[in-house]
Amino acid sequence: MNTLLQDDIILDCRADKIFYSDFLAVRDSHVPIRKNQITGFIGPSGCGKSTVLRSINRMNDLIRGFKFFGSIQFHTMDIYNKKVDPVAVRRNIGMVFQQPNPFAMSIYENVAFGLRLNRFKGDMDNQVEKALRGGALWDEVKDKLKKSGLSLSGGQQQRLCIARAIATEPQVLLMDEPCSALDPIATRQIEELMLKLKERFTVCIVTHNMQQAQRVADQTAFFSVDLSIGGRTGYLVEMAATKELFSNPQEQLTKEYLHGDFS
Amino acid sequence: MNETKNDLLQLPNLERQPFEPRALKSILLSTITIICAVLACVPLFSVLVMLIYRGGSRISLELFTALPPTAFQFDGGGISNAIIGTLFMVGIAALITIPFGVLAAIYLAELGPYSKVATIARFSAKTMSGLPSIIAGVFAYAIMVITMGGYSAWAGGVALAVLMLPTILLTAEETIKMVPKRMKEAAFGMGCTPSQSMTKVVLPMALPGIITGVVLAVARAAGETAPLLFTAIFSEYALEPNDPTASLAVLIYNYSNSTSENQLELAWAASLVLVVLVFILNMVSRWIGSRTRK
Repeated sequence: MNTLLQDDIILDCRADKIFYSDFLAVRDSHVPIRKNQITGFIGPSGCGKSTVLRSINRMNDLIRGFKFFGSIQFHTMDIYNKKVDPVAVRRNIGMVFQQPNPFAMSIYENVAFGLRLNRFKGDMDNQVEKALRGGALWDEVKDKLKKSGLSLSGGQQQRLCIARAIATEPQVLLMDEPCSALDPIATRQIEELMLKLKERFTVCIVTHNMQQAQRVADQTAFFSVDLSIGGRTGYLVEMAATKELFSNPQEQLTKEYLHGDFS
Repeated sequence: MNETKNDLLQLPNLERQPFEPRALKSILLSTITIICAVLACVPLFSVLVMLIYRGGSRISLELFTALPPTAFQFDGGGISNAIIGTLFMVGIAALITIPFGVLAAIYLAELGPYSKVATIARFSAKTMSGLPSIIAGVFAYAIMVITMGGYSAWAGGVALAVLMLPTILLTAEETIKMVPKRMKEAAFGMGCTPSQSMTKVVLPMALPGIITGVVLAVARAAGETAPLLFTAIFSEYALEPNDPTASLAVLIYNYSNSTSENQLELAWAASLVLVVLVFILNMVSRWIGSRTRK
């Protein structure tokens, strides 16, 4: 399985089949993720875009009955190889969730959390500040680092979660609808932040919002639901550079979705 | 008002009509609910009033420092050995059940919630929480008193532990489960191992709830009599863990039948001390519980 990846592909995700117990949730989806780019996952509800995203750092292992067939090649390793420790995967592939979920501890401790997990030996204050600056939150919280992370507003909490995720310098950042619980202003701040983040990290984002995909994503993967096998199985319809996908979709289904014919 | 009485466009009358049947019925029903609510407070307050009236006069330093009097000693004496005995045995029970119960709860809530072991453990804990306390006493008698060859504080502690375990286990499981899923996801997303997620994120959040469960279990065990009758019985001497040991509950049971006026008074005083102890423990658990919601 250890074929060499094309230069700029950091993660090669081949989800042949993903099951939740007997339910086939996703089939035949090949999503190559390019380095230092933002890859957007779009599609209607139940199309499996979140399932694929959460498979990338093995978060789905926590769900009972989850089974993954295929491979996700990260550097030279398939992360679904039996020898791979899912905890190690998650330390290299960070995640930001739909609902902001800071821990019930201080802002500082939230950011220091991952560093402490990794037994970080350097200047903790400095690294926390760097992460908070990276999360575009430093100026707003520098005077109240001791306050609870839960005391912040929703948008600030989400940026705290981003700062927490990037503090340990992961290579890839997964974002599962990071703005869907936020107002438009906070959404715009997170989007601007994502464009900055891609200079240092590779970002994958699931979004319901097609304008958002157009604004931030370099390439976009469109998923849809296949009702024909008697279930609701999601699959990748097509994937291309964002401009290309939106201006010149190859598949009829993509065209209809982008025109709002169904959702 | 009278001028417009026959006017079809007259505004509806919005004033209260206190003597309409509908209003009367409403007042009657409200009154009944208030009376019932007040009556619900009566037992606790009448118990407290009676205990203060009958036992309050014996509250003094001597009560907490002196040993019980003999049946032929007409005044003086205290219940120090019973207070220490109760605290000691409840303490042993807590030392056994807290680690035991919390670790089992972690398994039930997180590691194998659907496993056979967890299902059986959960079912038996629920059954055990309704276990008559006298059965716990008989059980501890069989495994401790008979094998160790005599009544002891250790046996009393084990009997109380049997009663406390299900409460601690079930409340700990419940509070661990109540830690929001997104907190656990955040922990795993940061690259926590399952044990790191548990010790660094889940347990700190569940801690107030776990402590509340422990305090309530302790409060219940402190007042139990039946299990101690079979295991620690009673003693008029200072605490000696390998020998029969006094406790507040058994002291009350023994002295309330006494013909000695002095011992009867001590039984009342011990009742007051026990109720105040349970009251304080409940306040503590409510105080800890209220800190959770911050």
